[in-house]
Amino acid sequence: MIRYTKWTLAREIVMWVCAVIMLLPFYLLVNTALKTPADAIGTPAFEPALRPTFDSFIAIFQTGGTSNIFVGLFNSAVITAGAVIGLIVVGGVTAYVLTRRLSRVSTWLYYLILAGIVVPAQLGLVPLYIGARTVGLLGSPLGMAVIYVAMLTPLAVFLYGGFIRALPTEYEEAATIDGASPLRTYVQVVFPLLSPATGTIAILTGLIVWNDFFTPLIFLNGSDSATLPVVVYSYVNGIIVQWNNIFAVLIVALLPITVLYLIMQKKFIQGFSGGLKS
Amino acid sequence: MTHTITPSADSRSTRRTGTGRQSGPRARPKLMTYGSWWWALPGLLAVFSVHYVATGIGAGYAFTDFKGIGSFEWIGFDNFVEILSDKKAFGSIGNTVFLALASLVIVNVVGLLFALALNRGIRTRYILRVLLFLPVVLSPLAVSYIFRFIFQVDGPLNSVLAAVGLEAWQRPWLADPEFAIYTILAVMVWQNVGFAMIIYLAGLATVPHEIEEAAAIDGAGVFSRFWHITLPMIQPSVAIATTLGLTQGLKVFDQVQAMTRGGPYGATETLSTVIYTETFANANFGYGAALSLVFTVLVLAAAAFQLFITRDRSRREAK
Repeated sequence: MIRYTKWTLAREIVMWVCAVIMLLPFYLLVNTALKTPADAIGTPAFEPALRPTFDSFIAIFQTGGTSNIFVGLFNSAVITAGAVIGLIVVGGVTAYVLTRRLSRVSTWLYYLILAGIVVPAQLGLVPLYIGARTVGLLGSPLGMAVIYVAMLTPLAVFLYGGFIRALPTEYEEAATIDGASPLRTYVQVVFPLLSPATGTIAILTGLIVWNDFFTPLIFLNGSDSATLPVVVYSYVNGIIVQWNNIFAVLIVALLPITVLYLIMQKKFIQGFSGGLKS
Repeated sequence: MTHTITPSADSRSTRRTGTGRQSGPRARPKLMTYGSWWWALPGLLAVFSVHYVATGIGAGYAFTDFKGIGSFEWIGFDNFVEILSDKKAFGSIGNTVFLALASLVIVNVVGLLFALALNRGIRTRYILRVLLFLPVVLSPLAVSYIFRFIFQVDGPLNSVLAAVGLEAWQRPWLADPEFAIYTILAVMVWQNVGFAMIIYLAGLATVPHEIEEAAAIDGAGVFSRFWHITLPMIQPSVAIATTLGLTQGLKVFDQVQAMTRGGPYGATETLSTVIYTETFANANFGYGAALSLVFTVLVLAAAAFQLFITRDRSRREAK
């Protein structure tokens, strides 16, 4: 029996205090962004914005060129979507073939791909950078998406592979007996059955790509297709004292994922705990 | 994690039908094909070119004086000797290891405490989970700028310290060579505690309440119940949270770049920031590759060490 005692109440209060302290940075973020430039410097950070204004948001909207946060938002959305779709297609068929068509070679290849999860990207980025520069893919959203697909395929294969192994083969056998081609069997029978794994992969890899800073800093910095973190970085480096404007940029950068997370929090948390555990 | 990577013996024999290499009564003619082998080619090609070929070429650069353009010469281990005498680069190794280990310990201890507190009983536990997990999904670079504001000389932290009468503790946090690294650590902990908490909550959900109850009836205290029952049962969660925490911690880059840029006087340089500056800002591709190689070895060693520990545990369980 779990009873609600005064100790449970004490625990509840302590946890709420912890949560409030953890979330204080967000109060400062929103509060400062709503202040006028003078108030942002002149008033204490915790003092509520007495004359809230959206001037900072208007100001960052008008920032031109590669420092415009909305351009970064668009680029991030395009590159993330491209990479996630690529990962679902490539990761799915690769894991399917390597875990279903079992032979000594396929098992070996499967483990070689999985080993890619632990190999850090840094060392390979130097030759990739030179290669991309040679073929003119520096600053290209397509090149960036392709690199992400290659970098994250091991993770996608790992998550799909674990899921496919637990999937009974009867569905595919029935489809084959009914005369479906292997491609049709995969697209119409297997792939829909993989949707829980697909959801986990979309959330995990989507977040990794969306939040990644190191790779686009190398491949996209200064180009028209810089992603959100790179745009935030170059914007903040341009102006260092106008915290109200900086925080408005940060809010625009953080809001899409925050909203998405709050709407789909169950899926996000399952994706992290279930996806990595399964 | 480990049990899914290892294919079990029975699943192999039953699903082998597709290859048609099996003999004996259970072998069937090529009824099922499960796609075509070439479907795996794009994935294999991508993974091999990026994770193995590119990494291999990068490792080769580590032994050259390549500047990114033109020809280069093989200079053996000169780059590695230079790392030893390069104060900034050598110090960055220490900083990286410190940040990774310190954040690993704090994140896992606090995350586990949060998970234990929120596991059951508390009425608002679901909303608390959602709130405490929020930092995990956000961009590390973006949240680091909020903390750069908090740790400023005239920032909120120093004014809070003044308000509670701790003026003596006030510091120019980001500009203090001794304390700047702790500001980086603070962001890392703040952002990753929720992740460890969720992994531990998933583990705690598998511990039946009845076992703890039985132990309590037998007179086991809270601490001894945790140590002898809960902790052994959530070992898989411990393995996952520490493995991921360690490799993530070693890669720390965004937070440093946003808050201190490796300063003051290189006090917060990490391997990733030095690699970035040397390779892509100073175009010392050879030297940067040597640093990357050190970094790669460090990450792989950490992963291998973790694998060794988890494997040891599963073998004991099997007995």
